[in-house]
Amino acid sequence: MGTMEELRALARDLLGSGRVQVVIGYENAPRGGGVRPAFITSPEDADRLVFDDRCKNNLAVYLQKKRKEVRGMGRPAIVVKGCDARAVAGLIRDSQVHRDDVEMVAVHCPGVRGEDGCLDARCSVCDCTTPELYDHLLGAPVAASQEGDPLGESVERLDQMSRDERWAFWMKEMERCTRCNACREVCPICYCDQCVQDKTIPRWIDSSAHKQGNLSWHITRAMHLAGRCVGCGECERACHAQLPLATLMRKVRDIVEVSFGERPHGDPEKTSPLGVFSLEDSDSLFK
Amino acid sequence: METQEAMEVQTTQPEWTPAIVAFVCNWCTYAGADLAGTSRLQYPANVRIIRLPCTGRIDPLFILKAFERGADGVLVSGCHPGDCHYTSGNFFARRRWTVFKSLVDFFGLDERRLHFSWVSASEGKKWSEVIQDVTDSVRQAGPFEQYPGRED
Repeated sequence: MGTMEELRALARDLLGSGRVQVVIGYENAPRGGGVRPAFITSPEDADRLVFDDRCKNNLAVYLQKKRKEVRGMGRPAIVVKGCDARAVAGLIRDSQVHRDDVEMVAVHCPGVRGEDGCLDARCSVCDCTTPELYDHLLGAPVAASQEGDPLGESVERLDQMSRDERWAFWMKEMERCTRCNACREVCPICYCDQCVQDKTIPRWIDSSAHKQGNLSWHITRAMHLAGRCVGCGECERACHAQLPLATLMRKVRDIVEVSFGERPHGDPEKTSPLGVFSLEDSDSLFK
Repeated sequence: METQEAMEVQTTQPEWTPAIVAFVCNWCTYAGADLAGTSRLQYPANVRIIRLPCTGRIDPLFILKAFERGADGVLVSGCHPGDCHYTSGNFFARRRWTVFKSLVDFFGLDERRLHFSWVSASEGKKWSEVIQDVTDSVRQAGPFEQYPGRED
């Protein structure tokens, strides 16, 4: 039995037995040959579910408290890849969802690919092809891709630039951002009811698509996600201006790892690195 | 003659003084700065102090806002580790600033513009030295005209 059949049978069973009222997964999109998120509510519809390397969306975003239309559907089962499972773990850690209130259907993931068949940059050097948190684990273990490390390389390219070159690079990038907020909406960890960039009194982050507010927004976003970002790379996929957000988040991951020895993981019991401290933390920054 | 020339230069081209914003905690650095004042210690007068309850209360957005509104340099200062009035605020802050500093480095922000220090209530002398250091360093970096929104 293939992964897809396993998934459909499990979904049928979960919905039929009443353990869940909705299965959040993927289905073929009506046009374009891609997939889209699917909300399956009856066992008969379970055959609509698909899972393959086109399934890029991090569905954990639908578990956020603010997705009231999804919450209203009842107890969910959610199809997760390794990185998505880490995002669900993050939501559990941050008390956004209770572990018992979600049925996690995890799938071994060899990485997602574009229409051209190329592995997405975010999936290179993946360390979670086998999901770490789940109720059901489908498929067979797969080896992580060793097709280079494009994100690491672009971080290194930027690191090797002079300070002024880096500044010029980012200012050029900031000019392109239109502040559509797709990076925020698609991120499972960006769950605040009121985002700081929507606050008007005081207006901390200028809302117009000018590089001043754009710079504040992208630095703030990176800071808020530091130590919590799971590296699913959805922000970059959603960005229609093609900002190198996955590169930025990789850099943030590296900073957190170098500074505090913490990497993204699937343990909902562990506090995020910026929510704790150690007496032994480096003091070299301070005069 | 030489002095007269120098004076003329000064009157026609006044020396640029950097605008520096210092975010300090109420319990240590603010008191330290106060001590520097009551001890009549001299230090550059171009620092604007903003007093907050704790370094843990200082959001990275404060710093970005300061740069937006015309600061050429920013200093963040609070109680020494272990001396926090709220026990652990500065430990959390230390982690936050460690990440923030590396992050803005990655954006290419001139490191001479952003400084961090621990100054206790008894370290009036250290405060004046820190301000001297920070001012020298920001002066070297020059006006922060390239910050977006400020060049136009």
